[in-house]
Amino acid sequence: MSPARAPHNAPADFRAASLLPRQDERAGGLVFTVAVLAFLACLAVIATLAADRAARGWVTQLSSSATIQVRPSGDETGPEAAARAAETAAAVKGVVEARALDRKAAETLLEPWLGKGNLPADLPLPFLVTVELDPKAPATAVSLDQAMAHAHIDASVDDHSRWMQDVRRSGNLVRVIAALACALIASAAGSMIAFATRQGLAARRDVVEVLHLCGAEDSFIANLFMVRFSSLAFRAAAYGAIAAAAAGALTRLAGGSDGFTPALPISWLDLASCIAAPLLGAAVAAVSAKTVATRILRAQP
Amino acid sequence: MRYGRAPEVLRDIDLNLEPGSFHFLTGATGAGKSSLLKLIYLAARPSRGLISLFGRDVNAMARRDLPFVRRRIGVVFQEFHLLDHLSAFDNVGLPLRIAGARIEDYRADVIELLQWVGLGGKIHAFPPTLSGGEKQRLSIARAVVNKPDILLADEPTGNVDHAMALRILRLLVEMNSLGTTVVIASHDQDLVRRSGMPVLHVHDGGLHLIGAAPQASAAEPAPPEPARPESARPEPVPHDDPEDPEAQSEPEPPPAAEGEA
Repeated sequence: MSPARAPHNAPADFRAASLLPRQDERAGGLVFTVAVLAFLACLAVIATLAADRAARGWVTQLSSSATIQVRPSGDETGPEAAARAAETAAAVKGVVEARALDRKAAETLLEPWLGKGNLPADLPLPFLVTVELDPKAPATAVSLDQAMAHAHIDASVDDHSRWMQDVRRSGNLVRVIAALACALIASAAGSMIAFATRQGLAARRDVVEVLHLCGAEDSFIANLFMVRFSSLAFRAAAYGAIAAAAAGALTRLAGGSDGFTPALPISWLDLASCIAAPLLGAAVAAVSAKTVATRILRAQP
Repeated sequence: MRYGRAPEVLRDIDLNLEPGSFHFLTGATGAGKSSLLKLIYLAARPSRGLISLFGRDVNAMARRDLPFVRRRIGVVFQEFHLLDHLSAFDNVGLPLRIAGARIEDYRADVIELLQWVGLGGKIHAFPPTLSGGEKQRLSIARAVVNKPDILLADEPTGNVDHAMALRILRLLVEMNSLGTTVVIASHDQDLVRRSGMPVLHVHDGGLHLIGAAPQASAAEPAPPEPARPESARPEPVPHDDPEDPEAQSEPEPPPAAEGEA
């Protein structure tokens, strides 16, 4: 056949139709499932970002201060030893301010454990010096120790490093758990898409056969399923992300100035992370659908 | 060729289809006509033996090369194998789209082809709304849109009345006159007889060349020479419906083959 160029004025609204049927009764359930998974993933990310912010804030606070416990010796009284320790510490490079806590301040620190006014007057309390460190070049516990020894002050320096390690460890743990949760959710979504792709290929065996007989390569057919399921996942994940962002915004509004709780200070910026969900959902679906479809098609005669 | 552990359907077949030849493929139901066509359009692989297409051994062909060979083969299926969710236009344009053509590039050709097969008024119609004859012509249009080197038709007239069968046969003969190798599997002995084309008969797993079928009897109208438009384009099938009495003009029988395979 050698059809010459036709003189017909073809309608301008011709568009290439989707080669896969649009209607699919399974699509509704799949959209719902992927949306729920995306919702959970977004909540996990929002919570992780907030927890990470809290952990970083705590570490910053701890790293910018130190505490010196002073034990009076000789004829020197506790307050006198604390005052001298504060003076000595203030002279150390990397210290912004050093202040000796009086007994009243020490009692205030103990109130959470012992209650207000429950302390006997003769109970010996540690004499403490709080040291505010230069955040850019903080003094180290070693340098403070050396300064105390040089001034013949019997003192112990606590630079909060042990607490910071705990906080950092907790923060890292939260991040790892969140990453695992997101990876599991992505795996679940990928498995769902893979299952749907298998079902789609089985249900559309007739379409696949015709496409093959018309000269379609396996990659051409696999791409059809990839586009189909990635667009579906994009849409479904967008639904889930919008719902998660709304939930996060409500929590942020209800949480007041703390952004929910001091442990989860949700920021408005955290909600922007939901934008990634549709893109990641589409990417996971694309990889999953393409991989499964290609494997199945290559196994066919 | 065999299916699974079943006995061989086809065996000891030695067939060479010359380019531009036209053959009917006949045989009893289950004799293996469709299986032979499947071997040619690469829907099945031989359990033994050699099949060479366009100078290449099919068995030695990598899977990734098969689609490009299939694009040189047009197939008209007895059951049409149209995609119900695509319009007539999209069904016919499917091979071109698969080959990477843009719709802007093939739109006019497809519309012209649809008019050629008498479906110019049903460009946007979907297969479930078409009659059997219209589906068959749509299937033919899809098979030839890629200008295949080989055109295989499996019972292309099995779902249409006699008048429509003759029209379809004329289309296929016109295709052949333009250089396409044509093989038609058919039960329609009358059609085979009237065509005067060589016949390959499948019997007992083997293939026998019978030669040209006996010509039409003197009582029947002699087959006139087919019209040859200047553009070497086959004449369009009348845009009609088989049930329309006004459109039931006697179609021109196809021309006789000029030589045997």
